[in-house]
Amino acid sequence: MGENFNEMLEADGSVRAPYALLHKWLEKQTPGDLRAKIKEAESIFRRLGITFAVYGTEEASERLIPFDIIPRIFAASEWRRLEAGIAQRVGALNAFIDDIYHRQEIVRAGKVPADLILQNEAYLPQMAGHSPARNVYAHIIGTDIVRVGADEFYVLEDNCRTPSGVSYMLEDREAMMFLFPDLFAKHRVAPIEHYPELLRQTLDSVAPPQCEGEPTCVVLTPGIYNSAFFEHAFLADEMGVQLVTGDDLFIDDGWLYMRTTREPVRVDVIYRRIDDDFLDPLTFNPASTLGVPGIFDIYRAGRVTIVNAPGAGIADDKAIYSFMPGIVEFYTGDKPILNNVPTWRCSEKDDLSYVLDHLEELVVKEVHGSGGYGMLVGPTSSKKEVATFREVLKKRPSNYIAQPTLALSSCPTFVKSGVAPRHVDLRPFALCGDKMRITPGGFTRVAMKEGSLVVNSSQGGGTKDTWVLED
Amino acid sequence: MLLGRTASSLFWMARYMERAENMARLIEVSYRISLMPKPFRAHQEDWRSTVISAHCEATFDAKYDTASQENVIQHLVLDRNNPSSIRSCMERARNNGRAVRTALSRDIWESLNSTWNDLSVLKSNQLGSDKLPGFLDWIKQRSMLFRGATLGTALRQDSFHFSQLGAFIERADNTARILDVKYHILLPRGAGPGSAIDVQQWASLLRSVSAHRAYRWAYRDASYQPWNVAQFLMLNPAMPRSLIFCYDWIDRSLTDLEKEYNESMPGHVRARKTLERLSSANMEDIFQSGLHEFLSDFIDDNNILTSEIAASYNFP
Repeated sequence: MGENFNEMLEADGSVRAPYALLHKWLEKQTPGDLRAKIKEAESIFRRLGITFAVYGTEEASERLIPFDIIPRIFAASEWRRLEAGIAQRVGALNAFIDDIYHRQEIVRAGKVPADLILQNEAYLPQMAGHSPARNVYAHIIGTDIVRVGADEFYVLEDNCRTPSGVSYMLEDREAMMFLFPDLFAKHRVAPIEHYPELLRQTLDSVAPPQCEGEPTCVVLTPGIYNSAFFEHAFLADEMGVQLVTGDDLFIDDGWLYMRTTREPVRVDVIYRRIDDDFLDPLTFNPASTLGVPGIFDIYRAGRVTIVNAPGAGIADDKAIYSFMPGIVEFYTGDKPILNNVPTWRCSEKDDLSYVLDHLEELVVKEVHGSGGYGMLVGPTSSKKEVATFREVLKKRPSNYIAQPTLALSSCPTFVKSGVAPRHVDLRPFALCGDKMRITPGGFTRVAMKEGSLVVNSSQGGGTKDTWVLED
Repeated sequence: MLLGRTASSLFWMARYMERAENMARLIEVSYRISLMPKPFRAHQEDWRSTVISAHCEATFDAKYDTASQENVIQHLVLDRNNPSSIRSCMERARNNGRAVRTALSRDIWESLNSTWNDLSVLKSNQLGSDKLPGFLDWIKQRSMLFRGATLGTALRQDSFHFSQLGAFIERADNTARILDVKYHILLPRGAGPGSAIDVQQWASLLRSVSAHRAYRWAYRDASYQPWNVAQFLMLNPAMPRSLIFCYDWIDRSLTDLEKEYNESMPGHVRARKTLERLSSANMEDIFQSGLHEFLSDFIDDNNILTSEIAASYNFP
């Protein structure tokens, strides 16, 4: 796919319009100035406790996600197209989930193989026939998007379960406004700080039919040792709702309550940040202590809304991903605005042999994995790593999909050697309730290592504030 | 509306913070005594008694044979396996705070979090005896910052009252324990001035609750009188670490909760009884009927109060 697209500079060295002012400003900064600002930003983050836990290290330690102080900028026109594409895709995903748990028209129409649904771990037979409030299943969606050219965007992944990162989007903006007020004065940056209000409105709007009066919403967290605990607490705080763990909740006479210092208080909407499997030991994993025994039954009875709905993960399954263009068209009647990355399914014989022949140039991912664990990035891996992965892949081909290595766009990033281009992706957040609410911009992740395409925070990726300029 | 778990976390957050500060004071005093010339510490096992005052005999004896200065400091300051070490207290205070961040002001949270960030990376070899006084001072300052942030920024509502209950139940327990461990030096021994060693012991006792200067202002006697020392730490309502002061604060917190919730709970009856007993007591009667017995009863009652509060307000 040729040269990487540089979001600030054209091939001839001229500056792209959205970056005009920033480029001028950057030229006036010395590395010392910028380094001091980074130090300041880190001490703010550390003091506020904006950390995430890293799994698999010796101790479950808390770390800061590296924060890059150079913003990423989109022009209003660029964003409008992305926004329309996301809205279209999110609408289709919800229609798809609704269909999958009801008449399965799309399977009958032969657009998606039945096996892929019914034998998928993310498909919950317990959800069949259930219609949640407003028929919304995926209320909060993070769409991972990469850019490879001026007008060329690809959706890498849809996150329909419990996408995280929104707290970094908000705190990065806070930090930038604190560190560089003059930059904001020069640009018209679309605000994002109302995201928690939009989330609250979304949760309120999907209160179960049996809820009378003002709905009571809560955020359900696995607890302080979860990697995203900071975000759970942050969102609850910003929305002004309780942050609860499973043992704060109980069911009495068919209703869900939380234990307070006084009378129990009824709960109508749960924004849960635990996986389906842990929600209800009576229905799912019996060993789970994170959820609430019996909650699934009262969910089915329409007495509580679970956000996102159990079983919504069927829509972001990597095996389903390759069918997305057809899915969007099937439910919206239109061609998808945003591209899908061409995908080989290793479960299929022809695809597998192609993948095995081209491992060095492909990215191979686990169908059910997340967070950059257990994947192969062919072009940046050693011969030995490729050989090892080949054996793993041969053992369980159906566990993997493969995609071409995309030439991810790069943005100016402040690294040890100064300001240099680094690869980025983007996760905008869409909220789906009584209507669609999409926050301008999103969470930009940046691979801090030169040439690296892995942006995951668990693998040393950093974050950037993302600006959408207003016309 | 307050979750039972949140109330519990607020209670323990403040309680562990208070405990960390008390532990710092206790070590500070022992360290001071260890610097004094021999006669003043000849016939006592200072560091052993520090372990007892800190209520850490069980964990200490499981690990060490001798109560050397090094062992005791190691165990009481940075030992992760001692739930009452300064490090453990700070970690628990911070984890409790972290679990209920939504109920804390930003200032309170930052005071907890910065302390833990600095403390968590401290290694025991960085804490030689020349560094110890500065470190203990820092711990006290961090605790005071936390207290100041709480008093200055927390809304006066149930969440605040639970943190105050935790802090003052811990403080009352700490003062009573220190008195009980040292009660023999407070017993009246007939007329005449105390020996130099006695005086030094009384001064240390006062110092361990930051009260040696205050004592001078409250009691104008030129040397320490043991019954005055006991009176000061138990019955003087002006002394912020005295038993009566703590119970006055506890009673007020429970009264405020009662008003806010519009219902009373059994623990309050107990707390009020304790307060009345302290208000109507005089040292002479207490010595008559036994200082140790009085303090033991007090410590038991104080523990029962914690369980009653936990039960009444649905702590998990």
